[in-house]
Amino acid sequence: MDFLGIFNSSISFIIAPTTIAYALATLGLALHFGFGGLLNMGMAGFMALGAYGYAIGILSFGLPWYFAAFVGIAASIVFALILGIPTLRLRGDYLAIVTIAAAEIVRLVLLSSAFGGLTGSADGLSGFNGPGGTVTNPTVGAGGFNDSNPIPPGEYGFVPFLDNERTWYLRIVGIIILGLAIFVVWRLVNSPWGRVIKGIREDEDAVRSLGKNVFAYKMQALIIGGVLGALGGLMLAFSTNVNSSVYVTSLTFFLWTALLLGGAATVFGPLAGSIIFWVLQAFLGLVFPALAEAGLMPFTTIQAAQIKYIIVGFALVLLVVFRPQGIFGNKKELTFVK
Amino acid sequence: MSSNGSSSSPVKSTGLHVGAIKPGVAKKDPILVADGVRRQFGGLVAVDVAHVEIPRNAITALIGPNGAGKTTFFNLLTGFDQPNEGSWSFNGKSLAKISAFKVARMGLIRTFQLTKALGLLTVMDNMKLGSTDQNGENLRASLFPFLWKKKEGEIEAKALEILTRFKLDTKRDDFAASLSGGQRKLLEMARALMTNPELVMLDEPMAGVNPALTQSLLDHILNLKKEGMTVLFVEHDMQMVRHIADWVIVMAEGKVVAEGAPDEVMKNPAVIDAYLGSHQDIDLGAVTGRITLPKIPKEK
Amino acid sequence: MRTMSTMRRKASRLASAVGAFVLAFGVLGLASPAQADVVNPEMPFKISGNVQNKGEPIAGVTINFAGGGGFAATVVTDADGKFTAGVPEKLADYTVTVDETTLPDGIAVIDNPATEFIEANVQTVTVGPGGRVTMNFFIGQGERHVTSMFDQVVQRLISGLNFGLMLALASVGLSLIYGTTGISNFAHAELVTFGAIATFGLVAVMGEGLLWLAIPIALVLSGVLGWGVDAALWAPLRRRGMGLVQLMIVSIGLSLGIRYTYQFFIGGKTEQLPGSGAERFNLFGSVSLSIIDIVSMGVSVLIIIVFAWWLSASKIGKATRAISDNPSLAASSGIDVDGVVRIVWIIGSVLAGFSGILWAYFRPGIRWDMGGQILLLIFAATTLGGLGTAYGALVGSLIVGILVEGSSLFIPSDLKYVGALVVLIGILLFRPQGILGRKERVG
Repeated sequence: MDFLGIFNSSISFIIAPTTIAYALATLGLALHFGFGGLLNMGMAGFMALGAYGYAIGILSFGLPWYFAAFVGIAASIVFALILGIPTLRLRGDYLAIVTIAAAEIVRLVLLSSAFGGLTGSADGLSGFNGPGGTVTNPTVGAGGFNDSNPIPPGEYGFVPFLDNERTWYLRIVGIIILGLAIFVVWRLVNSPWGRVIKGIREDEDAVRSLGKNVFAYKMQALIIGGVLGALGGLMLAFSTNVNSSVYVTSLTFFLWTALLLGGAATVFGPLAGSIIFWVLQAFLGLVFPALAEAGLMPFTTIQAAQIKYIIVGFALVLLVVFRPQGIFGNKKELTFVK
Repeated sequence: MSSNGSSSSPVKSTGLHVGAIKPGVAKKDPILVADGVRRQFGGLVAVDVAHVEIPRNAITALIGPNGAGKTTFFNLLTGFDQPNEGSWSFNGKSLAKISAFKVARMGLIRTFQLTKALGLLTVMDNMKLGSTDQNGENLRASLFPFLWKKKEGEIEAKALEILTRFKLDTKRDDFAASLSGGQRKLLEMARALMTNPELVMLDEPMAGVNPALTQSLLDHILNLKKEGMTVLFVEHDMQMVRHIADWVIVMAEGKVVAEGAPDEVMKNPAVIDAYLGSHQDIDLGAVTGRITLPKIPKEK
Repeated sequence: MRTMSTMRRKASRLASAVGAFVLAFGVLGLASPAQADVVNPEMPFKISGNVQNKGEPIAGVTINFAGGGGFAATVVTDADGKFTAGVPEKLADYTVTVDETTLPDGIAVIDNPATEFIEANVQTVTVGPGGRVTMNFFIGQGERHVTSMFDQVVQRLISGLNFGLMLALASVGLSLIYGTTGISNFAHAELVTFGAIATFGLVAVMGEGLLWLAIPIALVLSGVLGWGVDAALWAPLRRRGMGLVQLMIVSIGLSLGIRYTYQFFIGGKTEQLPGSGAERFNLFGSVSLSIIDIVSMGVSVLIIIVFAWWLSASKIGKATRAISDNPSLAASSGIDVDGVVRIVWIIGSVLAGFSGILWAYFRPGIRWDMGGQILLLIFAATTLGGLGTAYGALVGSLIVGILVEGSSLFIPSDLKYVGALVVLIGILLFRPQGILGRKERVG
């Protein structure tokens, strides 16, 4: 059993593009739920819109990748508005069901062959990051995200972070976006604006009785968190193809697990939670099959690879029951109010 | 009756009304006027107030048995609930269809029967939320601390001053959830003061407050009047009503059935019978005029 | 009627592509990674798919491709009925033709069984911006027939009724649990799956002939599971007074954990219960039913009647409704709330388990995530009828069932769940107490 290899692969997830994407979306959830009390169970929908908006912007409308990225962000803002205007007055668990249903609608529409010309239907979309230019259609994908990479080709770094220029470019862009996002959220929640949002989490009627426009604050929080989700989706789209089978409700639940791991009402918790989530996922996903292969576990390797998901589910249960404030949350500041 | 537990007996405002005292009597200087406000839940009429005026710079008590519609009336006046019909105005400005937060911004602040202290915010943050002119609550400005840091300092100083008055200054960094029930009531009132209100509406400020804190709460309410504010409060404790109220409005079955200065209202046999419960044999409907009862011979 | 079919043809063709993809994906993901016969592999974009007769792949079928700029190619399907052709352009249309002379004798390209609309042997496909498209040809006994609109409507109504009754079994349980405990139980989907998997496991052990015995045993096991989960998890959490939001997230974690446990044991493939391929017989026109459909609807109705009697007449049923109305009042009037909630969990799980067995026949097939596929529809049905009211859940389920099945007459069938989800959102927005629920203030 290649223990060092497993260890290195797992550790590399600390700064993997997927981890950064999760951290961004989880940060959005933290703003929604941890600070604003909005029970958003449809984060996968925001991510899908970010990713698809970007890909469709490039493939169907021929936009430069950086403008297409804004299409993805704009799509998530529109989604937040459509979702928020009617639903923000609903009470917590109702909002959860509405958001989960809305995200499923987004996924089903993206999956439907009725719009296959735009969305690629079940195949999803690919080839939008460049290096662009096919023989017959040299414009599509040309000058894409990959072509904007200033790093000369080659392998950089050291084990376990030894990767080619494309992966490093992804990481650097991701870390910059994530760093900015964390700074903005930190700034927001430690400002008078954040105080109002936290007040709304505790009791929106009380905040209303003090003359604050609760609806507007909730909408602002929903949009900002949604944009963070879209940035997460963008990050995924920068690194690979987009496919609606990624943006399922399980993705939202995994984000929640990462959120509750790190602490819902914290700014760095989402990052920490995402890193722990992914490093553990990678580790368990490698170590169980390796053990099974070595005959140390009475399962097939396919079964052994499933165990990590079972652990995620029961870990979520145990977290909520025994440590609802997360690993880094303030013990007194439990995030669940009612 | 030794209703007066405080060292100094409060100065009562008198001469608030114009003309003969009857339910809905006009006031010399009304701050809040409601006309034909009606709220139905299904078939049940919760509030049906023909006309009522709240006198300015006085302490008015709203009393009545459970289910009389007092809290619903509070909700309607403050925009937390919408009536089926009716109009009401604050300082001459109509409040119909105005949302709750705008009503609050006009200077009409309420508290809640079930205290709404924001449990996982510190006492100081609870207070700061009351401030009305913090530019940093604006999303864009919030990102640039230099735009609001100075104001934040002023708000903190004011909050500390009020907290000291309410003897909560030592708790400033504690979560509100850690306060006792009475302290939360105090905090809620103190927070309301941060908004510089004109009219403070208190929904059962004494409910569940330990007796040691009662006097301090009473003094705070009296202070509001001294500082030029108007107070409207719902209360069941008649001792307290008699002690601090300048004017009393009695509600039953959604209607205003009597009003007047506390001592007169308490002498009104209908009120005594219906509300104070010394004569349980008279149906409330008799007071509101819903049913007429045969005359019951007065006991000795 | 004919124009109707023609109009629908395009939509159905699009829909069939998805079916084909799911099929192709399933085969690729699980069985041998068999190579499709490939032409022009060097070209950047792909059209792929497969040809099958009642689910059986047909090898050696010639398929011709034609596109702009004089592009032409020919492939022959491989042993798995699969084909792949590289094409030079994306965002372009290609004509794909099955050479019917290469099909085995007596069969032709027919309707897609999933959509019941006519498929031609000549199809036009668009290679989208993704550069890949998947398509499918269904081959069968050569008679072509046109389904009348009336027959389609009747077929959909029957289908919807069947689907709705199945949903009802799951949603009345969810509704009872919500009513008595306040939990929005996401793990209800796994209780549904459990019934089907338990039956499958028992049949595998006892033999197909004992299906009649396997089903009751599976239902008893479902009840035991419900009781066990309540005793081990929900009852302690109830005693701790945990908030509703936490309970909901716990149920989500539980749902994930159990769901992947199923996958651990049965893998990603689809299994069938005995009799799921039962012959369909014609009622009239092209309206057909299988014996399974009839038994399934009959037993559902019977169970719902017994359940309704239990809820309205029995002592525990009455106590259940009392707790739904006002838990603290019920507790203070001497009702053993914990005991009733335990029974509600058991009954809800048994009903969910039975609905899972029916769902296995309706889909058809057993999969580790089959409950999750209808979870939101169960929520929609429960909400539509009024959260926490059992009779409302029944009515809501029938509406959702007919809506889902009926809507595929008008919208692509891969969007049929969207209609129900839109209704779910609309109900929560405009009438959160549901169509039968009492008006209460929902903040």
